[in-house]
Amino acid sequence: MATAGKIPRIIPLHDHATAARDVETQPVGTPLIFELSSDGRSGADLAPRVAGAPSGAELLGPELCREDLRGFPELSEPQVMRHFLRLSQLNFAQALQFYPLGSCTMKYNPVINDEMAALTGFANLHPCAPPHLAQGALELMARLEAALAEITGMDAISLHPAAGAQGELTGLLCARAYHRKRGESRRKVIIPDTAHGTNPASCTLAGYEVVVAKSNSRDFIEASEVRRLVDSDTAAMMVTNPNTLGIFEPQIAQIAAALHEKGALLYMDGANMNALMGVAKPGHMGADIVQLNLHKTFSTPHGGGGPGAGPIGVTRALEPFLPVPRLMKTAQGWTLDSESPDSIGRMRSFHGNFGMLVRAYTYIIALGGDGLGQASRLAILGANYLRKRLEDHFPAASAEPSMHECVLEHDLEKRTGVSTLEIAKRLLDFGVHPPTIYFPLVVHGALMIEPTETETKEVLDAFVVTMERIYAEALNDPELVKTAPHALKLSRVDEAEAARRPILRWQPK
Amino acid sequence: MRFMPQTEADIAAMLKTIGAPSLDALIAHVPEGLRRRAVINLAPGRGEAEVAEELCALAAMNAGASGYASFLGAGYYRHYVPAAVRAITARAEFATSYTPYQAEASQGTTQAIFEFQTLITQLTAMDVANASMYDGASAAAEAVLMARRVMPKRRVVALSRALWPDYRATIRTYLSALDGIEIVELPFDNTSGATDLSALEAIASDALLCAVLGYPNAFGVIEPLRAAAEIAHRAGAMMISATAEGLSLGLLKPPGELGADIVVGEGQSFGLALQFGGPGLGFMAAHTAHLRQMPGRLVGQTRDRDGRRAFCLTLSTREQHIRRERATSNICTNHSLCALAAAVYLSQMGRSGLRELAERNVELAHAAADALAARGIRRRFSGQFFNEFTIATPRPAAALEAAERRRILAGVALAPDYPEIADGIVIAVTEMNHHAEFDALADALMERR
Repeated sequence: MATAGKIPRIIPLHDHATAARDVETQPVGTPLIFELSSDGRSGADLAPRVAGAPSGAELLGPELCREDLRGFPELSEPQVMRHFLRLSQLNFAQALQFYPLGSCTMKYNPVINDEMAALTGFANLHPCAPPHLAQGALELMARLEAALAEITGMDAISLHPAAGAQGELTGLLCARAYHRKRGESRRKVIIPDTAHGTNPASCTLAGYEVVVAKSNSRDFIEASEVRRLVDSDTAAMMVTNPNTLGIFEPQIAQIAAALHEKGALLYMDGANMNALMGVAKPGHMGADIVQLNLHKTFSTPHGGGGPGAGPIGVTRALEPFLPVPRLMKTAQGWTLDSESPDSIGRMRSFHGNFGMLVRAYTYIIALGGDGLGQASRLAILGANYLRKRLEDHFPAASAEPSMHECVLEHDLEKRTGVSTLEIAKRLLDFGVHPPTIYFPLVVHGALMIEPTETETKEVLDAFVVTMERIYAEALNDPELVKTAPHALKLSRVDEAEAARRPILRWQPK
Repeated sequence: MRFMPQTEADIAAMLKTIGAPSLDALIAHVPEGLRRRAVINLAPGRGEAEVAEELCALAAMNAGASGYASFLGAGYYRHYVPAAVRAITARAEFATSYTPYQAEASQGTTQAIFEFQTLITQLTAMDVANASMYDGASAAAEAVLMARRVMPKRRVVALSRALWPDYRATIRTYLSALDGIEIVELPFDNTSGATDLSALEAIASDALLCAVLGYPNAFGVIEPLRAAAEIAHRAGAMMISATAEGLSLGLLKPPGELGADIVVGEGQSFGLALQFGGPGLGFMAAHTAHLRQMPGRLVGQTRDRDGRRAFCLTLSTREQHIRRERATSNICTNHSLCALAAAVYLSQMGRSGLRELAERNVELAHAAADALAARGIRRRFSGQFFNEFTIATPRPAAALEAAERRRILAGVALAPDYPEIADGIVIAVTEMNHHAEFDALADALMERR
């Protein structure tokens, strides 16, 4: 930093498109695809039009056709490839580095998954293909439903929802339909104070009022608290188990009983299912509905924010309300049935995020029943190991035993003014993606660490060394931590500025 | 197990550090009654070769995926996926990253989304686009909810009956929990196949919240969006246009120019394989005035501390992780990698290529319609079409079966969703079809007349 004024700034060759103009006036980042564009270039070689035949524009006429796509990029294929490959290099990714992002289960995504999803028989299958020409896809869905039912202990599975949050909404709408069918219009859903933000947001979308249940001093929900809140107007309670502190809810069965006694349902948020495979089944805990995030527990890639898949499992009593279409076995084989009179209906087009279902199924049969159980146990081992190793400077927020993730605190803010955010940014300098921070909300300055079962002990040990080093830096040279990151292409990004004056698209000058 | 690196020695050392005698000791606090019954009764784990064998066998059972000339569309379209799109989306740097909460570690994803947002605003002629939705149908449902947040007092939602059945059904589900909403279905004109706008006129009042039309619609017909928007606007209501064939926006007048207030659609045509219907790519664009009511992630441009241009998620006070029960939506994961595919696809096609490809689709579809007409197979509707049209044939099911025996998937019968169009088959034609297929299609459809 100190020498910044003395050495002439070097502009990478790739950046010259913009740098040529601005080289001395303003610093530049990576050019946008639009800034690399030149009139007349194209990355598409299309088959020529049939000679003498009218063009598409002529066939439709000027009334229906647009002006030229002004501002759209004009580049050759090699330019497009280089641009996006360059962008890819600016990302942290699970495949490249330790990514202990709590609650997100950033485990290794086996590459065989992607290869299987790309098989012609899956990738090129049109959703409207006649069922008898799509039996392999339907059979795969049936096998995946059966596997997920076995893993969760639920009676029936719907693979329809596109993501975990859509799974939540689907499950809550099923609960609503279930109560309606019984002639009841219950209005409230109980949610613990440790819940993910999607839970209350899904409740609002499903037309429910949120009632907050308080965790006790040991960071779990007591059945007595549920008994205090539940009444004949309560439709359900959403419980994430293990909860967002990584703690198994010890009274889950009693909570289920308290809810059921009043005719309310237990919705179990399965975001943390990576702790439970072969350890405990939601169905046995008394859950009536559970959603699964295939992009967490079942190793489908997160994709920088999707696509995921959010299947839900329900008990027999709730099965009639599952979204359509439903898989159905007939004498002619599998088919998709949309005639389900009590169903909540559709949540989306077609039959689910099938490409993600192929990946999850591939993963499940690769691990098998025994392997899944071992995966959860090793995930729990990793979290408890880090918790123990880090306890001197980053003590656990809760005294209860950890499952697959641990939530840690620190005293640096008080001692030196270094915040959790700044610790996270400093971790980037060491090539580690930071844990989830400031969540759950009930823990001040939380660091939520989920190492997953696919990291080596060496990586975990190196992470411990790094965390301790940052702790020492924060004491000895707090400015170094407060101004991180220093080793990336960018320094700290000004997020407040982005919100103050939103620039949400590129515009031609 | 090949995905889990811990050796026996590692496990022993880690347990020793923790002070636990065994792995099972770590879960001893989980109630015994649950643990005892938790064994997963699935086949034991398998090596990669055996896994691939099972999956390849399942894939091979999907005869519909290859070996057939296909005219299937109805909301999902068979386009060529350029190798560059697959190469980029397969990059683990993109595929195995999380939602870009840490901006400094996510400039690849955030900049690509910023470029995607820009491309969608250019295609739709709107001010702002979000980082993506799940698919066209759920985007349409979220658009209606967004309209409701803009105008909470209005309660009538007009859905064109010529909007795809999946979209209508999804909107109904999403609205089912809202009190006081009334859904009115606008009939279509039986001659043109376009939405009957006199029906919209008839309900245009200060109770009307929005009208939703397909553009083009489920019959392939290009709707009179401008006229519909004018009616909606006179009543103070919002116009929502929904496009399932994203490619059509490369040639058709953009919905923003025709008066649409919210533009949603399906971007599967932009470089995504069919994959039996998912994952696709929902897109949503709107006017700046309604930005704060928009659902979903948004990436904005900003600077780093040294003044370099940078990108980050922004305006997240609309979102569930901040606003919880008062959020604009519960959407969290979207379809980011699919948005990346679209950004690569649209960049490669480019300004001239995308339009040319759209034109080529129109030309081929019209050539197919002409070839069928020459054999006496008439179009069911007179309205102008992009790359999909509806034919009338006396016994659609038998005609489709006959075609299938000739290795042709001739289209999608309308009767299951539209009993009133018992004779209709929707036929989609893209750049993947060849002129030579059109006579074979005609032969096949004529066989059982």
